[in-house]
Amino acid sequence: MSENLPESLQEIIDDFAALAEPDKLQLLLEFSNELPGLPERYADHPELLEPVPECQSPIFLVTEVGDGEQAGTEAPAGEDAEVRLFFSAPPEAPTTRGFAGILHEGLNGLTAKEILEVPSDLALKLSLNDSVSPLRLRGMSGMLARIQRQVKEKALG
Amino acid sequence: MTQRPAADPNEKFSDYAHGEKLVSTAWVAEHLGDDGLVIVESDEDVLLYETGHIPGAVKVDWHTELNDPVTRDYLDGEGFAALMSKKGISREDTVVIYGDKSNWWAAYALWVFELFGHPDVRLMDGGRAAWIASGGEMTTDAPKRETTEYPVVDRVDAGSRAFMTDVLDHLGKPLIDVRSPEEYTGARTHMPDYPEEGALRGGHIPTAASVPWARAANDDGTFRSRDELEAIYTDEVGLDRNDDIIAYCRIGERSSHTWFVLRYLLGYESVRNYDGSWTEWGNAVRVPIVKGEDRGEVPGRA
Repeated sequence: MSENLPESLQEIIDDFAALAEPDKLQLLLEFSNELPGLPERYADHPELLEPVPECQSPIFLVTEVGDGEQAGTEAPAGEDAEVRLFFSAPPEAPTTRGFAGILHEGLNGLTAKEILEVPSDLALKLSLNDSVSPLRLRGMSGMLARIQRQVKEKALG
Repeated sequence: MTQRPAADPNEKFSDYAHGEKLVSTAWVAEHLGDDGLVIVESDEDVLLYETGHIPGAVKVDWHTELNDPVTRDYLDGEGFAALMSKKGISREDTVVIYGDKSNWWAAYALWVFELFGHPDVRLMDGGRAAWIASGGEMTTDAPKRETTEYPVVDRVDAGSRAFMTDVLDHLGKPLIDVRSPEEYTGARTHMPDYPEEGALRGGHIPTAASVPWARAANDDGTFRSRDELEAIYTDEVGLDRNDDIIAYCRIGERSSHTWFVLRYLLGYESVRNYDGSWTEWGNAVRVPIVKGEDRGEVPGRA
């Protein structure tokens, strides 16, 4: 359990671990409510976002690596480049939004290298296995995998 | 004993074999707060209730509350009694269930309530989406209900629930596969948009008719009319009044919806839901499977 997770993620994991069962869901709901909306450049161009079919509810995400260039238009940004994450999920899908909120809070602003090092079983470390169905947790893993793939492409080429 | 809330006199419902098992959103709006009535929300999304629900409605979650946390099974009588008591539901209460996704999970919860013989459980036609569309009030205020002393009643699976061995013995009698056509043919082992279901084999149980659950629902999530349902299940599939019928899907939630349609809207007396469904059958060793669009034949028995 002593993997070196980014501090921001470790804090979230510790917060969930410290809570009793109903409060874990309440915290997930807070993440759902706090998920930032899309900036205009994406809100007006939903086609720039990648769908995550692993999730049971519609969710789309996009990453920016380095100084904000779009996918495929620039040279690789390098592993020290800063990553920004953007998500879109409807309010009728609060669990999915909650997972997106966790990933946003835990990963946004980290370097590409830090994001690529996040273990793929992150969803299982959130102590949510008793509150959320396994299929849902796999959806979160799907989001992480897609974030990491995008970051890899954009940072390392 | 307090008198139960009257059935919804809605004309559409009076055509059904057991129209008293359905209420409309208007009926719920009119009866909210009545003594002896508890509204229950049961969703696929474990957080949806928390984002807003019908005032006074209590939440019952399929995954964390109706399923046994260890064995793949439902609560036992003691567990159900404890759950009902905690939720403030009495054995005498009329329970009206609604939920997301065209009431799949609401129908699933209703089916579980009936395994415990809860005397009066109904569905709100159209579910959560219909309530919102009708302009019904939503709140995030937690309901205030006194705990009750719900009696311990043994769960009775026979009659409404089928296990894999029952299905093997049943082969040759009507089976309804309510999954998507792609799951039925074996082109995929999971629902579109619900990947990773974990079935090792794709296809359907031999002789099962493919009737995706959604054919029983209108676009707004309400149930189709009696005539429309008869056209599908009676005329097209050929179900007979005296048939013994089993419905299945992947974990028994979509087939609860069809079970409700067959049992209560059309009035077939003998309908069981096989909750093991494809996540059991598609992983079981040496059970017969048919791939493709043909229903297939009953395999010869040794």
